[in-house]
Amino acid sequence: MRLIISSLAISASLLATPLHAQVIVTDAWVRATVPQQKATGAFMQLSSPKDTKLVSASSPITPIVEVHEMAMQDNVMKMREVPAIELPAGKTVELKPGGYHVMLLDLKQQVKVGGTVPLALVFEHKDGTRETREVAAEVRALNATAKPAEHRGHTH
Amino acid sequence: MTTERRSFLRSAAAALATWAIAGCGKAKPASYHGIDITGASYGRDFRLQDGEGRERTLADFRGKAVMLFFGFTQCPDVCPTALIRAAAIKQLLGEDGDRLQVIFVTVDPERDTPEVLKAYANAFDPSFLGLYGDPERTAETAREFRVFYKKVPTGASYTMDHSAFSYVFDPAGRLRLVLRHDQSAEDYAADLRLILHSA
Repeated sequence: MRLIISSLAISASLLATPLHAQVIVTDAWVRATVPQQKATGAFMQLSSPKDTKLVSASSPITPIVEVHEMAMQDNVMKMREVPAIELPAGKTVELKPGGYHVMLLDLKQQVKVGGTVPLALVFEHKDGTRETREVAAEVRALNATAKPAEHRGHTH
Repeated sequence: MTTERRSFLRSAAAALATWAIAGCGKAKPASYHGIDITGASYGRDFRLQDGEGRERTLADFRGKAVMLFFGFTQCPDVCPTALIRAAAIKQLLGEDGDRLQVIFVTVDPERDTPEVLKAYANAFDPSFLGLYGDPERTAETAREFRVFYKKVPTGASYTMDHSAFSYVFDPAGRLRLVLRHDQSAEDYAADLRLILHSA
């Protein structure tokens, strides 16, 4: 609980001081697992004052963390590792079900609701320099949605 | 066609008309949101294992509408979304929700076990069933249901590409509809209501 509060405090202070040329990570969360389930996903919103990209992520809870994209092709769900997620300056990029996520694989223990998962997110800027942002992602129930019920899209 | 069924179709037509006026799309003739595949020569039955090690077939669910889809528990995105929607559909159905059986079949028998599938399905609704078949049975079932699945390496592990549509069986155990992943809980619930009241 203390971790959640401190991470909220950190996010809040970042929002309050956007002059820092730092990537802002908000609403980071991880879907809980059931016992023996070996993988899950992390979701969040990212924004950066300058062009950058998310190139990798890591977590102390597992050695295998990958950046993935989900796509539907002809009613077939495909999930692929992507080399990077582009973050154009000033634009909020959402990692959410139906798009990008950070995948935590080969889990050794259950990820339980109420806990947090530390994540280190590595961003590579245009000039080649790297920045690491650490967040404590809140663990939400298996049946958590990114947002309350969305209106269906105009896909027909 | 019974009067009851006709009145349901009429209310569905009215709903669709309202929906069209609301500017969400063009009007369709009163029918299902899903594709009607009544009489299909495939998807006749399955023989899979539940979390208690019992063998389950469609005959176990007579009197209920069955919504069946395929996935795997290591799937962070489409599978939870489909199960969350299934729970929403059950809610939308109100009392009829008790006559809906949701079944989640794994396409990843190497990693999923009957126990994990049971815990996983139950995390979304205690009535949901997760079913397991060994690799051979999984392949047979997928063939019977024309479901595509494929193991794809990713970094240090692998993921499964798989068909993300849902099948609906009527309370007599006949395959009736197929719905897409991008259809709403409301679409699914409307179709299931028709299926439950027209059988």
